[in-house]
Amino acid sequence: MASAEVPMAAPAATAGSTRRVGRASRGLAALFVVAIVLPFLVSDYYVAKLTQVVVYAIALVGLNLLTGFSGQISLGNGAFYALGAYASAILMSKVGLPYWATPPLVGAICFIVGYLFGRPAARLEGIYLALATFALAITTPQILKLDALAPWTGGNQGVQIVRRVSPIPDQISHDQWRYFFCLVVATAMFVIAWNLVRGRTGRALVALRDHSIGAGTMGISVASYKAVTFGVSAMYTGIAGALGALVAGFISPDSFEIFVSIQLLVGGVVGGIDSLPGTLFGAMFIEFVPDLAGKLSKAAPFALYGVLLIVCMVVMPGGAAGLVRSARAWHARRSLHRTRS
Amino acid sequence: MNMQALLHQILSGLVNGSMYASVALALVMIFKATHQVNFAQGELAMFSTYVAFTLIEVGVPYWAAFVLTLGVSFAVGVAIERFIMRRFRNASPLTAVIVFIGLLVLLNGLVGWIYTYTPQKFPSPFDPSAWYGTIYMSPHEVGMIAVTLVVLAIVFAFFRFTKLGLAMRAAAENPQSSRLVGIRVDWMLALGWGLASVLGAVAGMMAAHKLTLEPNMMSSVILYGFAAALLGGIDNPWGAPIGGFVVGVLENIAGAYLVGTQLKLALALFVIIAVLLFRPSGLFGRTVVVRV
Repeated sequence: MASAEVPMAAPAATAGSTRRVGRASRGLAALFVVAIVLPFLVSDYYVAKLTQVVVYAIALVGLNLLTGFSGQISLGNGAFYALGAYASAILMSKVGLPYWATPPLVGAICFIVGYLFGRPAARLEGIYLALATFALAITTPQILKLDALAPWTGGNQGVQIVRRVSPIPDQISHDQWRYFFCLVVATAMFVIAWNLVRGRTGRALVALRDHSIGAGTMGISVASYKAVTFGVSAMYTGIAGALGALVAGFISPDSFEIFVSIQLLVGGVVGGIDSLPGTLFGAMFIEFVPDLAGKLSKAAPFALYGVLLIVCMVVMPGGAAGLVRSARAWHARRSLHRTRS
Repeated sequence: MNMQALLHQILSGLVNGSMYASVALALVMIFKATHQVNFAQGELAMFSTYVAFTLIEVGVPYWAAFVLTLGVSFAVGVAIERFIMRRFRNASPLTAVIVFIGLLVLLNGLVGWIYTYTPQKFPSPFDPSAWYGTIYMSPHEVGMIAVTLVVLAIVFAFFRFTKLGLAMRAAAENPQSSRLVGIRVDWMLALGWGLASVLGAVAGMMAAHKLTLEPNMMSSVILYGFAAALLGGIDNPWGAPIGGFVVGVLENIAGAYLVGTQLKLALALFVIIAVLLFRPSGLFGRTVVVRV
């Protein structure tokens, strides 16, 4: 029951699936070439936007692992995004760490916090977990504004981050340098996530999602799998937050309203909540579509997001990745018909 | 500790509690009928309040606008159930949550689009120098509690003493048997949505004068509403208003004496998580045993 949900998780035994893997790796190679060449072709403004796409993609992987694979509904991943952003900003500005040293540390911090939140949260079923995480997301800005934390967080003023990162600004601009830095981190995180979901762990997660009692009977430790997934998700989202802070150059409590979490949810749903490749599409969507809709009105992107979430659930619950999957299945059915007749 | 200050905190806690009570009851009504949590309840109330705002702006007297708004809210609630939520009656929790969140951002964005995010003044129907104002509570605050209590009484009387109310309770309790005795379960659900929307509208209109009207006005109220509904027991309509008033008082007392005003929202988060972990059925709810 697990392998059907995870693309290409099944052993590549038949000729058809080998061909598909071959095609996929060619696609991946092409994607890489585009990702490396593109920042030299467009202006720095668009390089910064592309960087944000990469950052969102990492955060969406975190959300998808948690909500799409293990079935724990999180409306509060924005809180971990904020935690990551603040942790990295404080490490850089107060502790004096260089920008490239923060992601692993931030990842560790967020993993621990996420795990500690996930441990009790593992006892909450679907909708109740959604409620608790929703509350967490609404509360986040207020916690960041706390006077007690102000020496580190800067209270309402927020924290400034040094963005001049390129050692050779004449050859590679700061924007391009940040892009490549994020791309390297993202590639590593994608590889890890890919290995996580295609094997034993991935099957365990999907089993948890589809039938947690059944999964428990099969010897999967439900509580610890759920808590660890929460930690891993927080780690991904937090590292994305750290990179996002680097891209933005400035963070304040107002940058982490509930809409960060909602934006991540939109990205996850549009791309396909149980698909890793889908996160790329989702990330591009939430980075570029609000710009287009924002031309109408400041609030238009939200109205559009709302319509989209509802329409998506009616028309394509699997998101873009789901559409691709069913198109592929349709194609396979048709060619099967042709060979028979 | 100054007794007078304490009394003041408790009374203004009850005022806030009256908003939470209505919202919590609205949440419970929808939960009982569909086992879904309406994340969009707050935005629905905010939307209704903007309807009232528009009516008052064009010159309709307050109480006429109030009643008209309740009518519009009812229609909107019914329409949302008939046209959107109906499709997701048996959907997975994830799908349902996504749709509710979609509804939330849709309403928020729509209102922000039409009215912008600039805070607006919303009038109060209660004369600020009326005789029932005291040093502890302004006339509007007294009025808020009174209106809420009247509305709650009407809702409970409706469910307790009318045939339609009984039919709605039956449809929520046992849809199959209700259908067999001739209750139109589908319409009962739509009615429930309409009523929940009306309750939200009352809370919104009462809150708007206190909080000033803007599209994100309800985001903290809904959070306390969740806390109230859970504390009272998410499937207990009596527990919801009690939970609302308790959370309102708790919020004020804790804000004044324990955690400081900056952590008031975090208190709601704390109540939500604590109730879910240690007493999922709330103070007055039923413990549900599921057979698998």
